[in-house]
Amino acid sequence: MRFTIAAGFTVLALAVSGAAFAQGGATKDAGGPNDACLMCHSDPAAKGATGKSIGLDPKKFAASVHGEMQLPCVACHADVSADKIPHEKVKPVDCSGCHDKAAKEYGTTVHGVARAQGKDVAATCANCHGTHDILRSKDPASRTNHLNLEATCGACHGNEQFVKDAKLPGGNVQAKFHDSIHGRDLRDTKKGMQLAVPECTDCHGAHDIRPKSDEKSRTSRARIPETCGACHARAKSVFDKGEHGKLRQDNNLAAPGCSDCHSAHSIQPHDLPKWKLEVIGTCGNCHGEFITTFRETFHGQVTSLGYANMATCASCHGAHQVLPASNPASKVSKENRLQTCQTCHPKANENFANFDPHANRHDKTRSPLMYYAGKFMDFLLLGVFAFFGLHTVLWAYRSVRVVSERRKRRAGGSNTEEKR
Amino acid sequence: MSSTTTAAPGTAASHAAGTRTGRYYRRFDRIERVMHALLMVTFIGCALTGLPLLLADEKWSAVLVKLFGGFEGAGLVHRICAAVMIAVFVAHVVRVSLRALKGSGLLGVLWGPNSMVPQPQDIIDMYRHVKWFVGAGPRPQFDRWTYWEKFDYWAVFWGMFIIGGSGLLLWFPEFFAKFLPGWAFNIATLVHGEEALLAVGFIFTIHFFNGHLRPEKFPMDRVIFTGRIPEHEMKDERTTEYARLTSAGRLAAQEVGPPSRASIAFGTYVGGASVILGVLTIILIFYSFL
Repeated sequence: MRFTIAAGFTVLALAVSGAAFAQGGATKDAGGPNDACLMCHSDPAAKGATGKSIGLDPKKFAASVHGEMQLPCVACHADVSADKIPHEKVKPVDCSGCHDKAAKEYGTTVHGVARAQGKDVAATCANCHGTHDILRSKDPASRTNHLNLEATCGACHGNEQFVKDAKLPGGNVQAKFHDSIHGRDLRDTKKGMQLAVPECTDCHGAHDIRPKSDEKSRTSRARIPETCGACHARAKSVFDKGEHGKLRQDNNLAAPGCSDCHSAHSIQPHDLPKWKLEVIGTCGNCHGEFITTFRETFHGQVTSLGYANMATCASCHGAHQVLPASNPASKVSKENRLQTCQTCHPKANENFANFDPHANRHDKTRSPLMYYAGKFMDFLLLGVFAFFGLHTVLWAYRSVRVVSERRKRRAGGSNTEEKR
Repeated sequence: MSSTTTAAPGTAASHAAGTRTGRYYRRFDRIERVMHALLMVTFIGCALTGLPLLLADEKWSAVLVKLFGGFEGAGLVHRICAAVMIAVFVAHVVRVSLRALKGSGLLGVLWGPNSMVPQPQDIIDMYRHVKWFVGAGPRPQFDRWTYWEKFDYWAVFWGMFIIGGSGLLLWFPEFFAKFLPGWAFNIATLVHGEEALLAVGFIFTIHFFNGHLRPEKFPMDRVIFTGRIPEHEMKDERTTEYARLTSAGRLAAQEVGPPSRASIAFGTYVGGASVILGVLTIILIFYSFL
C-alpha cells in the first residue's frame, strides 16, 4: 500500500515536471536549457522593441524534431548569449552547422544560387521546413511530408502574384499539378495510391533542385525519361525500343521525351478526350506534314471538330514505341497494318488496310492518283465557276439594266397617262 | 387597257404577292415538284452536315455539328439525306425510262423540245444569250428547257455518280474493299469533298441566281413549287414553246387552274428559307477561305 502511494507520487511528480517542460513553464527550479530564453519568448503574442513578433509556441517547439532532441535555443541562435539579455538583433540561423550535406547541396542548386545572387525571395531551409516547428518528413503534419509538399512548394510556386513578381519558370505550376493525374491521385484517398504518386520533390529533388537547363537536373531534357521511368519502368523500356527512344540514345535530344507529349505538370490520363486531341498537335510540332494529310481524312476531320472517339496518331502508330513502317515490328508495317486497322474496323481486309491515311494530293511521288484526281477536280471547279461566274455576272448586269429601263419606261408611261 | 395588261400580272411584284389571276399552264407535274422539294431539303441537309467535315478547323463547323448532336448525329442526318436523295434520283431515272418505253416514246425523251438532252439549239441559244448580255444582240427566245436548266439537270446526274458513288464507298468501306483497292478510298475522300464544294457552290450561287435571284425573278420563282407558269411569263420567257404549242393547237390542253395557296406558301416559306440557308452557307464558305 505504502509502495503504491510512493509510486503514485513519483509518477505525479514526473508528470508535473514533464508538463512544465512541455509547456515551457518559466519555473527556474525546473532548470530547462531554454528557460532563460522562454522568459521573453514563450508568449506567442510577444513583441520586441521594433514591434516585430518575437514569440513562439513552446508546445510546438517541444513537439518538433529539435525540441524532441532537447536542443537549446543557442544551438541554432548561436550569436545569442544568456549573459546579455535582452540580446542584440539575431543573425539568420545557419543550418549548415549540423546539416552540412543538405546545405552544401542547396548552395549549388536553383534556390541557393538565386539567393547567392541576392534574390532573397528564393526559398531557404525555413521556407520549406519551418523554424521552431520542424517535424520529420514522415510525420503527417510535417511541411515536407509526402502529402503536404504540394502545398509547401505551392506557397511560392502556386501563388499567382509571387510567380509573376519573381518570374518563376513554368508559371503557376502548382495549379497545373493540382489538376493533373498525379495531383488528383495524390489526394484520392479511395484509390489508395497516395504514397505511390509523385509530388514535387520526387521529380525535382529536394535539396538538389536544379533548373532543367542544367544537365545534372533530374528534369533536364536528357534525364526526363530516367526520372519518369523511376515509376513508369515498363513505359520507359518500351519507349527505349521505339524510334524516339533510340534517337535519344544516340544523343539526339531533339527527339521527344516524356514531357514533350505528356507535359510536365499538367499530365493527364491518356484517354482524356481533351489531351487526346491536343497531343495530335504535339506530334505535329515535328511531323507537321503528316498532320496536314491526316486532317484531310475522316479521322482528322472529326478529331478537329473536337470528338476524341476516333483514331488519332497513337491509335495507328502506337504511343511509346513508335517505329517506322519499314520496321516489321511497327504497328503500321505491311505485316501489322491490317491488324492495326482491325482494332477499330473488325471487318477490314487487305485492300481496306491499303488506304493511305497520309495520302498527299500535292505529292506526285507518294500519291500519283490523288495528285491527278486533285488536279482534275481543281480544273473542274475552276472551269465551272469561271464559266458560270462570268455568265452570271454578265447576266446580272444585263438584267438590272433591262428591268430598270422597263421600270423607267413604265413610270414615264403612267405619268403621261396621268397628265392626260 | 394596254397599260393595265402590261403592268398588272406581268410584274414580279404581283407574282410575288401571290395574285392568282390570269391563265396558268402546266410546267411541272406533282411528282416532279415533290422530287425537287425532296432534293432541295436533302441537299441542304447534306451540305450542312458535310461541310463541317470539309472545313473542320473552322469554329462554325464545330458549332454546326453540335447542333446536329455531335458528329454521330450529323453523320446520321447526312446518311438519311443521302439515302433519300439517291432514292429520288433512282425514282426519276425509272420514271424517265418508263416514259421512254411508252407515251411520247424514246425519241421524245432523247430529242426535241421536251428532252433534257443538249441539242445544237442550246449552243446557239447560249451564244445569243451571251451576245445579249454584252449588248450585241436581242434577247434570244427559249423553248421549254433552256441550256442553263439542262446544265443544272445534268450536273445533278454527274454529281449523283461522283458524290453518291464516293459517298457509298465511304459509308460501306468494308464491303467495297472486297473488290476495290485501298487507293479507291483515298480518291473517294478527295472527290466527295471537292465535288460537294462544287455542287454546293454551284447550287447556292449560280442555280439560285438563274432560278430565283435575278432581277426578273427576285426573290423567288415559285413555278417549281406550284408547277404552274403564268401565261404572261410563258409568253415572255418561253416564247418559242408558247408559239409552238399555240400553232400546234396544244396550248389549251396544257392550261391549268391557278396554283393552290398551299403550294405558293410552300414555295415562299420553305423555298425562301432554303435560299436564305444556302446564301448563309456560301457566306460561311467564303469566310473560311478568306
